[in-house]
Amino acid sequence: MNKVLMSGNNIIGEAAIRSGCRFYAGYPITPQNELTEYMAEHMREAPGGVFIQSESEIAAIHMIIGASATGARVMTSSSSPGISLKQEGISSMAACELPGVIVNIMRGGPGLGNIRPAQGDYFQATRGGGHGDYRTIVFGPATCQELADLTMSAYDLADKYRTPVMILADGMMGQMMEPVIFKKPKPRHYNENFILKGAGSGKSKFIRGLILDAIDMEEHNWKLERKYQVIKARETLHEEHRTEDAKLVIVAYGTAARIAKGAIKRLRDNGMQVGLFRPITLWPFPEAELRALSARVKKFLVFEMSTGQMLDDVRLALQGYADIEFHGRPGGVVPTPSELANVIARHYKETGK
Amino acid sequence: MMIKTIFSGFGGQGVLMMGYSFAHSAMNKGYQTTYLPSYGAEMRGGTANCTVAVADEEIASPVASEPDHLIAMNSPSLFNFQNKITSGGAIFLNSSIIESRPSRKDIKVYAIPCGDMAQELGNTRVANVIMMGAFLKETGIVSADIYLKSLETIMGSKKKSAAEINRKAFAAGFDFIKK
Amino acid sequence: MSKKVFSRPRSLKEAVFHYCPGCGHSIAHRLVAEVIDELDIRSRVIGIPPAGCAVLAYNYFDVDMIEAQHGRGPATATGIKRARPDSIVFSYQGDGDLAAIGIAESLHAANRGENITVIFINNACYGMTGGQMAPTTMLQQRTTTTPSGRNNILDGYPVKVSEIFSRLPGVTYLERVTVNSPAGVNKTKKAIKKAFRCQIDGLGFSLIEILSPCPTNWKLSPVDSCKWIDDVMSKEFPLGVFKDNTGAGKKTGEAAP
Repeated sequence: MNKVLMSGNNIIGEAAIRSGCRFYAGYPITPQNELTEYMAEHMREAPGGVFIQSESEIAAIHMIIGASATGARVMTSSSSPGISLKQEGISSMAACELPGVIVNIMRGGPGLGNIRPAQGDYFQATRGGGHGDYRTIVFGPATCQELADLTMSAYDLADKYRTPVMILADGMMGQMMEPVIFKKPKPRHYNENFILKGAGSGKSKFIRGLILDAIDMEEHNWKLERKYQVIKARETLHEEHRTEDAKLVIVAYGTAARIAKGAIKRLRDNGMQVGLFRPITLWPFPEAELRALSARVKKFLVFEMSTGQMLDDVRLALQGYADIEFHGRPGGVVPTPSELANVIARHYKETGK
Repeated sequence: MMIKTIFSGFGGQGVLMMGYSFAHSAMNKGYQTTYLPSYGAEMRGGTANCTVAVADEEIASPVASEPDHLIAMNSPSLFNFQNKITSGGAIFLNSSIIESRPSRKDIKVYAIPCGDMAQELGNTRVANVIMMGAFLKETGIVSADIYLKSLETIMGSKKKSAAEINRKAFAAGFDFIKK
Repeated sequence: MSKKVFSRPRSLKEAVFHYCPGCGHSIAHRLVAEVIDELDIRSRVIGIPPAGCAVLAYNYFDVDMIEAQHGRGPATATGIKRARPDSIVFSYQGDGDLAAIGIAESLHAANRGENITVIFINNACYGMTGGQMAPTTMLQQRTTTTPSGRNNILDGYPVKVSEIFSRLPGVTYLERVTVNSPAGVNKTKKAIKKAFRCQIDGLGFSLIEILSPCPTNWKLSPVDSCKWIDDVMSKEFPLGVFKDNTGAGKKTGEAAP
């Protein structure tokens, strides 16, 4: 298989089309415009492929809802402020159990913020984001190769669990290029019974999230929750890097995890035993795996390009079994590995005492 | 080995193309590589830059805190980045339009009149390829053959004449550096 | 020997409408169902109920349906139609849904000339939530949020959807009708049928605006409500065909999907 050099945004688009995505709707917003443009150029070349530049992010998510209901594999993408607008539709997709892939190439916030890479949307992504009792599967890729692989996985999981799946990356992941190999996507398995195509000569179907009877609505909530429990048990992904002998472990995802790896290399060269725990699924969060690590590691440093959001999940996972420190650079600042190495070194030296 | 290079200049000087083609050739040589362009509002002022990392190991951060090389195609680029270059690093500057020279003594400076050289070749747009010739001759990160092949892959094989002028331009830059 | 002259349309379920006495929704539902039957398109119809009184329309229509969030019907319809071009897609929307919260989705679906049909119920108030001001509420009309009557300085003017939308090149067929009389009902059915035909023939966006009585929130009897449409509402919202390009043949670019 051939390596190609592509930007993160384009890789997501290509991986989606290869996965059989045939419907994309989106509204331009930096730093994810290249994905929308890639889809504009290539989606209509795919048989039956539809690209629409929608009038708003809200319209885009509702367009993919319609297309998903008819059985199409669908995608919409945006960046932080636009993702806020999509939340109405994401909640609706969760309620109606419609599969689809939503891409958030995060930028600095809150509000309009800026267009620099940031990780301030972790809460929004992992807690559901919209109203109501639901979760979305969230992937936090850290390399261009993972952008390709996880986009393909996102479609598999969206169909398997009939739920929206989010790719949560940041402006740096979207803009940077790395060599990538597109693997062969898995064949699609999706039950025809869930698809609207007109009633034919038979019984009509309807898809809805409105359930006025409270007891029925409660049961629908529990049904969704049971599904989320299965996802939690089966779909958690994480990476451990040099944790085998580590005395201090950094917990970071996405771009922050890359920076952490660079810092760890410098520190290891200086004889410091530090490692990295990198959640790949941000929801479900690899709780049990992190807790297991606390059997031999007593100090963790959470590093995020935010004021501390994943930090909450780390605390919940570790339940007081280890010390937790935090270093954050919100607002679009991308710290260098050397800066982070200094921070880690300080905490590491305190560990010895 | 881990080499980070910043390419910077006016929009239209082909600096993103320099970085992209360099990263592409590094990939073809079997190296790990990352290419990170400047984007959005910061490009509106008319300057563009990109950072390319090339390594024989996993590249953690695509950002360069201390780049090894700077390719400066205009004066603002030189002023912006000259002090970020790591000690012992190198600056390649387009001496056709940059009059200043860095005052640092701990780095090598190569003044390449690539704008004038391009004019001599009859195509001002190939100044960037001339600069690439000089840059790759000096650093030897990828060979001329691999680079030119990458360049042709990127440009598409349909433009035979473009490939020809690019080869000439690259050779002019390559030969400009005496080793 | 008896002859059956009236029965439930195939495209309506055996359910009793929950709508108030004198409400226009029941009539509009029935007309849409009759048209679907007569055009023999039930097998490929996908309908979209709105948020509002007709939110439970899927309990009545015996066709495939998917609910849309408030105002997003035309966006959802766009997704359905583009992903499955052989389906016949209609979005059923109230005045708040179409002309307030969903005006962007509605206007842009119309402007793109999406080959869908919009059934627009204009009853000059928000019915489901208890009679608040709608974008189509008349000046001086009292609602629960305009207790001393709609004031143009404070509340703006009634939004004239047919007048605005008919100016868009993407719109092929647009008519304003009412269901306040037997003649009006007949005319409405004809208009709905023409709108669906427009879609079947691939001619592009069609919208039927139906002036529809809401006796409960207007605080009028059903008969007086019908009269109010004649005397007041249709003066602000004149009936008629606002645009008919169905004779112009297949639109270029319509078959985009």
